[in-house]
Amino acid sequence: MLSAHLPALQVVVPLVSAPVCLLLRNPRHAWAFALAVSWVTLAVAINLAVQVHASGTASYALGAWAVPWGIEYRVDMASVLMILIITTIGAIVMPYSWRSIGHEIDKKHLQLFYTCYLLFLTGLLGIVVTGDAFNLFVFLEISSLSSYVLISLGSGRRALTAALQYLVMGTIGATFILIGIGLLYMMTGTLNMADLSQRLPVNADSRTIRVAFAFVTVGVSIKLALFPLHLWLPNAYTYAPSVVSAFIAATATKTGIYILLRFFFTVFGISFSFEAMHVGEILMLLASAAILITSLVAVFQDNVKRMLAYSSIGHIGYIILGIGLATTAGVTAGMVHLFNHAIIKGSLFLAMGCIFLRLGSVELSDMHGIARQMPWTMAAFVTGGLSLIGIPLTAGFISKWYLVNAVLNVGYWPLAVLILVSSLLGLIYIWRVVETAYFQMPGYKIRKLSEAPAALLVPTWLLIGTNLYFGVNAGLVTGIAGQGAAVLIGQGVP
Amino acid sequence: MHDVMHGVLGLYNYWIVIILMMTGFYTVIARPNLVKKIIGLFIFQTSVFILFISMAKIEGGTAPIISEGARIYSNPLPHVLILTAIVVSLATTALALALVIRIREAYGTINEDDIHVQDEEA
Amino acid sequence: MNTETTVLACIALPLLAPALITALHRWPNPRETVTLLTSTCLFLLVYSLHDEVLQGMHPTLDLAEPLPGLKISFEVEPLGMLFALLASFLWVVTSVYSIGYMRSHHEWRQTSYYSYFAVALGSVMGIAFAANLLTLFIFYELLTLSTYPLVTHAGDNAARNAGRMYLGYLLGTSVMMLSLALIWTWALTGTLDFRTGGILEGAVTPGMSGILLILFIFGIGKAAIIPFHLWLPAAMVAPTPVSALLHAVAVVKAGVFTVLKIVIYIFGVDFLAEIPATQWLMYVAAVTILIASLMALRQDNLKLRLAWSTISQLSYISLCALLVTPLGIVGGGMHIVMHAFAKITLFFCAGAIMVTTHKTQISEMGGIGRQMPWTMAAFTVGALSMIGVPPTAGFISKWYILLGAIEVQQMFAAGVIILSTLLNAAYFLPVVYAAFFRAPEGNPENENRDARGEAPLAILLAITVTATGTVVLFFFPGLPLDLASQLPGVRE
Repeated sequence: MLSAHLPALQVVVPLVSAPVCLLLRNPRHAWAFALAVSWVTLAVAINLAVQVHASGTASYALGAWAVPWGIEYRVDMASVLMILIITTIGAIVMPYSWRSIGHEIDKKHLQLFYTCYLLFLTGLLGIVVTGDAFNLFVFLEISSLSSYVLISLGSGRRALTAALQYLVMGTIGATFILIGIGLLYMMTGTLNMADLSQRLPVNADSRTIRVAFAFVTVGVSIKLALFPLHLWLPNAYTYAPSVVSAFIAATATKTGIYILLRFFFTVFGISFSFEAMHVGEILMLLASAAILITSLVAVFQDNVKRMLAYSSIGHIGYIILGIGLATTAGVTAGMVHLFNHAIIKGSLFLAMGCIFLRLGSVELSDMHGIARQMPWTMAAFVTGGLSLIGIPLTAGFISKWYLVNAVLNVGYWPLAVLILVSSLLGLIYIWRVVETAYFQMPGYKIRKLSEAPAALLVPTWLLIGTNLYFGVNAGLVTGIAGQGAAVLIGQGVP
Repeated sequence: MHDVMHGVLGLYNYWIVIILMMTGFYTVIARPNLVKKIIGLFIFQTSVFILFISMAKIEGGTAPIISEGARIYSNPLPHVLILTAIVVSLATTALALALVIRIREAYGTINEDDIHVQDEEA
Repeated sequence: MNTETTVLACIALPLLAPALITALHRWPNPRETVTLLTSTCLFLLVYSLHDEVLQGMHPTLDLAEPLPGLKISFEVEPLGMLFALLASFLWVVTSVYSIGYMRSHHEWRQTSYYSYFAVALGSVMGIAFAANLLTLFIFYELLTLSTYPLVTHAGDNAARNAGRMYLGYLLGTSVMMLSLALIWTWALTGTLDFRTGGILEGAVTPGMSGILLILFIFGIGKAAIIPFHLWLPAAMVAPTPVSALLHAVAVVKAGVFTVLKIVIYIFGVDFLAEIPATQWLMYVAAVTILIASLMALRQDNLKLRLAWSTISQLSYISLCALLVTPLGIVGGGMHIVMHAFAKITLFFCAGAIMVTTHKTQISEMGGIGRQMPWTMAAFTVGALSMIGVPPTAGFISKWYILLGAIEVQQMFAAGVIILSTLLNAAYFLPVVYAAFFRAPEGNPENENRDARGEAPLAILLAITVTATGTVVLFFFPGLPLDLASQLPGVRE
């Protein structure tokens, strides 16, 4: 009985919980409540994944309004992968948040923080679950608005300007998407994505559709920080509270990529997107530039969170590169890295959160010799870093393997070399942190520090453990990603 | 000649949309004053609302209320959508203004260039 | 215990030992007992497998399947057996030596030292027993990472810079070239298994496989072929036992072992002979032998001289692999063992001198043979073996290598080997000469009182074992020779 409503529950549970959270007086209760909700959404997600795996794409007519007039929630394997990413990271970050965020923001504001967190979760899950283009825009704005608030909560006034910068760029992006959706509606009279994909081929050659395509692509590219539209990202990640950096880095841009996948493959269809509009070549070009340039920029950062932010833009480039190939292998590689990069970056930002809690800074120049005082934290950072570089037995290696393989399959060997060069650059920027933390003599300030509390270390190591597990036994992720890619590619074929 | 006139005047709603959109966009990019930026952003969003509303208009159509004698109705769906979008845009503007107030408290200015200078100094 | 469990134990034992070593970090004696016990058990376990391998059976074990169709699995074949026996035996000896060295040197962070050492040996076992390229690659990288803390053990700026070189070269080559070659091979053939006769034949054109071969050979930075050799002299900042076991035996031999494995089981000897690039790579190996020997001649630091000598000796083995002849492969396999015994002896002696007299430069070592006759006698044995003088083990492997070169009419290679033998003599014999026949420098009365007499007992014990081994292997080369003769490409 309940299982039939799983797609709706996935969104409704956190949505309804958000105002409840606001009403709770005691911040600790708000935290416990949000924690419970995040675990419930994870449970729902797992059930939903099992259900979709067993019986195929789940379609849910919201409010029992018949599709395509009503809003349809539609969950296929590509959505399942995203749902799992979002809820897993959400569930792991929550236990961590109490000590970390309690240290970084005023106790009075904690309920507000958890309310925004739940709204953010709602928005992301809504984007992934919905099958309606306009509904997608609404959820996108829910997640964006709450993320602006979350980022602005960071300590230090630069968090405010970072949030405003993101707000301006994010709103422009969202408005572009809205224009695109409006033009699509003009031409087809429908907002349901499946319906759109049926009706679009009839009008595919009109200029309006092309313009719509361009608006959507540019709009989404801003949201997912595709180079060179990434300018909001480094500041936002750097100045946000530690938990927020971890959560946003792992999920928000990934959801943007999901929107791109949906529009390219499901709505417009693979033949229009990649053959008529040649978006594949453009994506690969931008992705290559992103991979190389941001990895280079990351090498020269002194703020570790900013370094990780630039590295994120590069890794988004990896994912986009895979998608730009528009082959099953390429899209699979992109989706595998979607998942793997989420857990890698999540764990790295969580490790930095541990350091920020104790040290109050994530500048390299303040971190001399910190590994002696915080061995577990730094060990987590090194392991996560190795995964980012793509050393075997870590999830990052699996991604690299799939991506290089996909690139070689179509014979683009210079891209393979590019990917490997950027892994080497990854080695350099990760190793700068390692050398500072392990080889410099600790100063007076560092020697007083103690290891981060278990409340922070356990979630961090849980993500690291996930990382190692999926490095040794990647079957689950590659299986879901492969099926997701097959669904996406298959739908595009007329 | 007629075609050109039709292109310019017949599609006047689109011209309004484009002019508004560019005005807003320009303000967002070119103005260092954060409040003006936000006003620009709002204008930018509003232009899209007009795009939606104007496409709902069907020549000769009436308000979509079932009544005697009315055969053609305007499409009500874009109106509904835009109602939602207006709420979103209002929330965005409110949040942006709230942020500007906080920025003013923290920096003592709402001029982007001054803020940038202060950040560089720090 | 069935063979599958034994194989698993061989890899798991050293990888799990650090847990116990770390737990006992407050009590040095039990802690070192763990290392000694683990190494002895490991050797016995590996030894218990050798009979079956000699009879032609290849114990296998599947561990996990990280990617569909690609397993982490192990298969004990003759070459891996040879390498595992060598590394595990020398680990026992080095552990004894380590205890003497680390304690008389009052090194810090001894717990982490022994822990990473065990992990490194576990990785070596993984490399030795790997049944496919992926498994080999995983443990190859693990070996790089686990030896990084050992190289940078001192924790100062010099160590950090050496560590940069070490990681930069080893990870750089493996990420840029080896992993590319790996994924490319997979994309071309759909398998990475080590198979008799290779997997590439028929799947690639000779021209393309030439590029693959270049990627593989240079991608294996641990084989230290010029221009990817500079990490090895840099790694000499490590404590001497690390240089001895890891940078004369385990790590570098893992490199040439991988080269041999790829030649035999990925390309296949017959297919390799058709690839034009093979000839060119052989010249590169030959040039490496000569340049490294000349560089060794110029070093005054004893450990650095040994390091350059290692680079040149490693290329002997790469050269053997590229000669594509059965005798060459036997020679390469044999040289892995023979060089290991001799070079570890030499490093042990260098460490003994350093601990006892705090001398590191050859120019300061005049007359040291009178003070440390036992150590320097062992050094002489090692040096003779490096040159290839009977009755030492080095003679046997060189003999096979020369026979192999002549068999395929590679007179250039044969000439290089003879020339490098002369160079070997030129850079080792002066050390021996100075130690025994030159008067000690400076005023003997000013000598530090501590700096008199022989090295600590544990060190002497280890040196004696390896030096004896060097001689014994000349008279009884049976086990390594049998194993090497079992290799595919040799049997037919």
